[in-house]
Amino acid sequence: MNYPKKLTKEDIAYRASIELPKNSYVNLGIGMPSLCAKYIDKKRNIRFQAENGVIGFSELADQRNLDPNLMDAGGQFLSRVPGLAFFDSAESFDMIRGGHIDISVLGGLQVSKKGDLANWMIESRGIGSIGGAMDLVGGAKQVIITMEHVTKNNEFKILEECNYPLTGEKCVNKIITDIAVMEVIKQGLLLREVAPGWNYEMIQSLTGTKLIKNKDIKTYKVIRS
Amino acid sequence: MKELKIFDSYKDAVKDLKNGISIMIGGFGGEGGQPTNLMLALRNSNIKELTLIGNVAGISMTTGYGWTNKKEAIDQSIFFKNKQVKKIICSFPIPAKQKPISEIEKAWKNKETTVEVIPQGTLAEKIRAGGSGIPAFYTKTGLGTIVEKNKEKKTINGKKYLLEHALQADVALIKAEIADEFGNLIYKGTSRAFNPIMARAAKLTIVEVEKIIPSQEIDPERIGTPGIYVNRLVCKKTI
Repeated sequence: MNYPKKLTKEDIAYRASIELPKNSYVNLGIGMPSLCAKYIDKKRNIRFQAENGVIGFSELADQRNLDPNLMDAGGQFLSRVPGLAFFDSAESFDMIRGGHIDISVLGGLQVSKKGDLANWMIESRGIGSIGGAMDLVGGAKQVIITMEHVTKNNEFKILEECNYPLTGEKCVNKIITDIAVMEVIKQGLLLREVAPGWNYEMIQSLTGTKLIKNKDIKTYKVIRS
Repeated sequence: MKELKIFDSYKDAVKDLKNGISIMIGGFGGEGGQPTNLMLALRNSNIKELTLIGNVAGISMTTGYGWTNKKEAIDQSIFFKNKQVKKIICSFPIPAKQKPISEIEKAWKNKETTVEVIPQGTLAEKIRAGGSGIPAFYTKTGLGTIVEKNKEKKTINGKKYLLEHALQADVALIKAEIADEFGNLIYKGTSRAFNPIMARAAKLTIVEVEKIIPSQEIDPERIGTPGIYVNRLVCKKTI
């Protein structure tokens, strides 16, 4: 099958940023999820939390003026904006585990049709970093996964069952990839949106589980230039 | 009763530590909140067979993570390179990128060290419990994953939880910004992370600070760790 062009990481992050409601408290994972912050209009008053002990940040620091005591959990340095609050690791996970974070945006290695997530260890490496991911998927009110739809070698990442070690069971609400937006519902994965030029059959051919066709499949919003 | 000891040498502050002890290392990963000078002194002390406890196991020296100048990065890799570590308990041992391989991954591959990986929130809570007289607690984190292996499960109000045990150590090496002569500590920005909870969970807490100021000049409203938890302060610039 000939496929149209896939979307960029920035497009995925932009599409994920649309999911974040006004006035919400959000934790962004390392990598692609952290790019979401770039597309947030300040008027939406979205307040980011990071595991290392900061909440209320919105922007990254000017690269010429970096403070080692002002960074997020991804290791990016932040600007000292009004409204910041600092705390220790125990309190940080009180926020996360205690159900106070509205949305967790994370990367994924594999997601199953039930919404199981595997994102911390590639089986063959034998060692991996859990970090805050297991606490986040169990504690945040909503979990959004941003990732490429298939691996570099075109292996499926969206599957009947994950075969890598799990981060959490039945924890994912939405998956946003470089070709599609899917929602996890009781019956499986509902295809809601496709990237420009893509259709249900093309997406299905790159997916390891049967996708449910939404009545009205929309075209994915990309970054407006 | 204990006396707070103040040192102006990192080497002297760790020189009586013995082989085989467990050591918590504060911070999150990166420069802020990491007791870097105490870590270098611990490396130079050459004590072996250590059990290290901390969020990371050394991700900065290969990636520059959390250092404003990548070239200067120091992390737990120095202990693995010097073959001092029997075991490490952490949440984030390795970066996602497989190359260049970090010292911890090498040591793990060569079976020189064992690695116990714990979800970060559970690790923090185990340490808080360890310093707070709480022997164990129930949490949902890790349910349905390999973390639940061999752990007691209990249903409370219709929901399943895992039993996790408290964690303590012989020594904690931590970093704060300012101390007074009673060991009261003030932290800066995101440098708290694991420091305040580790200060409470170890038999001997050694703190690296940027400066020590007289207690009359410190604002008690801003104290992040009260001096009751602190045994040793190390600072190049004393009162």
